[in-house]
Amino acid sequence: MALKERDEFSGQMTTGHEWNGIKELNTPVPRLLWAFLATLSLFAIGWTVLMPSWPGVNDYFRGLLGADQHQAVRQSLAEADVAKASWSERLATEDFATLAGDDAIMTVVRQTGPALFGDNCAGCHGYDAGGNPGYPNIAEAPMMWGGDVETVAETIRVGINSNHPETRYGQMLAFGRDQMLASAEISALADYLVSLQGQKSLSAEETESAKTLFADNCAGCHGEDGTGMVETGAPNLTDAFWTYGADRSTIRHSIYDGRQGTMPSWEGRLSSTQIRLLALYVMDLRGATP
Amino acid sequence: MFKFHYRLERSALGLVGFIILVASIGGFIEIAPLFTIDETVEEAQDMRVYTPLEVAGRNIYIREGCYACHSQMIRTLRDEVDRYGPYSLAVESQYDHPQLWGSKRTGPDLARLGNKYSDAWHTAHLYNPRDLVPQSKMPAYRWLLRDQLRTDDLGQHLAALRAVGVPYTDEQIANATQDAYGQANPDSLEASGVTERYGEATNIRSFDGQRGRLTDMDALVAYLQMLGALTDAAHTTETAEAE
Repeated sequence: MALKERDEFSGQMTTGHEWNGIKELNTPVPRLLWAFLATLSLFAIGWTVLMPSWPGVNDYFRGLLGADQHQAVRQSLAEADVAKASWSERLATEDFATLAGDDAIMTVVRQTGPALFGDNCAGCHGYDAGGNPGYPNIAEAPMMWGGDVETVAETIRVGINSNHPETRYGQMLAFGRDQMLASAEISALADYLVSLQGQKSLSAEETESAKTLFADNCAGCHGEDGTGMVETGAPNLTDAFWTYGADRSTIRHSIYDGRQGTMPSWEGRLSSTQIRLLALYVMDLRGATP
Repeated sequence: MFKFHYRLERSALGLVGFIILVASIGGFIEIAPLFTIDETVEEAQDMRVYTPLEVAGRNIYIREGCYACHSQMIRTLRDEVDRYGPYSLAVESQYDHPQLWGSKRTGPDLARLGNKYSDAWHTAHLYNPRDLVPQSKMPAYRWLLRDQLRTDDLGQHLAALRAVGVPYTDEQIANATQDAYGQANPDSLEASGVTERYGEATNIRSFDGQRGRLTDMDALVAYLQMLGALTDAAHTTETAEAE
């Protein structure tokens, strides 16, 4: 092993090794790099002392700052509740007529409603509440279970054919599949319902026999005149709004195979204040004052 | 210290020994928290396991890459709790192998999706999302409604999950195939066994609306409809801690 010596050209010390006359410089690590490493190490030690870090046998070290994500989010939720208190308490307790007549409340409803409706209701009913095939238009069509604001709020709370114990329950029977009506009778009824919309004209005789069929099979739920009944949740069959479609083949399919749409219950997922806000928002969309 | 390093460099065995020592410190610090994981994961007495149909649905969720656009993790942030519900707890992923927390939300978080929409909605939405949400950019998964679900290997899936700590019983593993059929066919003879083995709270419905057929859609919708329903811990923790 050769002796360490100073390299004449660079002025640095060599490592002392020599291979066939070639020597290696022993350039020191730059001081800036040492400083950087030292600072980072100190920061890391400080951080593990301040923040939750080391696992223990039964617990973990919680840090001197006591940072806790669960606590932080609860605090920010509580702060949000305080910020909302000016209107949320009124929404939760006052009756709908007072609320709907209050401009300050309705401004909040119109500002908060779209986000709440978009996150929860729009998937089925559409962002404009205009409905989708299988999901009714709730912006314009008559509400099947009743169109006053208390009833709408109750429908949101318990749902329709949902798993809530107090759910609204409605079912359109499968008249064809369960062999309650013959194929020709179903066709006659479908023709009759299409004719009510003015898309088809039937002879007086055909109309009479279809009316008899309707009275015997459909009137119990849809009403004598077919305008629907809120007690059974059966829709009005004489207007322009059709949940599943207004064409003859869809109507025929509904009579043959039955229908049983589901609206989930929102109790538990939404607070009662949110449900009341949504009911007011939907009524406001409908342009109705309760 | 520098002197010590200078000497160490000159001893091959000593250097190797020290490299192993230092590297193992890093490894230990990464692994050590797992020794006490039982102390940091919350306890949930009501925690239930996935039924065979839900396991099949979960596998389809992974197969179709749903996790690439949907997370299953509600973070401890106000806007997330406001929108999706109580923040996720570690215990809710206890039986997830692998976990599907995800890291990207092209679509919404799905951690609390169960029972938010109807089965018919999920079936129609997976068939073509734009039928229901015109703005949606989610792909259509039409084949789910066409393809028959493979159930003969579900017992082996449950056995594999048991090997990594999910408490399936021998009976559950032996009946996996018929339980998958029963859960999607409420009128069948097999349906009662599902309630017996997996509890009253299990959803037993014809998820895809097709009677008598067991499709991939049945499995995926069954899985989606119980997301967030393995335990009530997240709901009860929130109220308990608030008090």
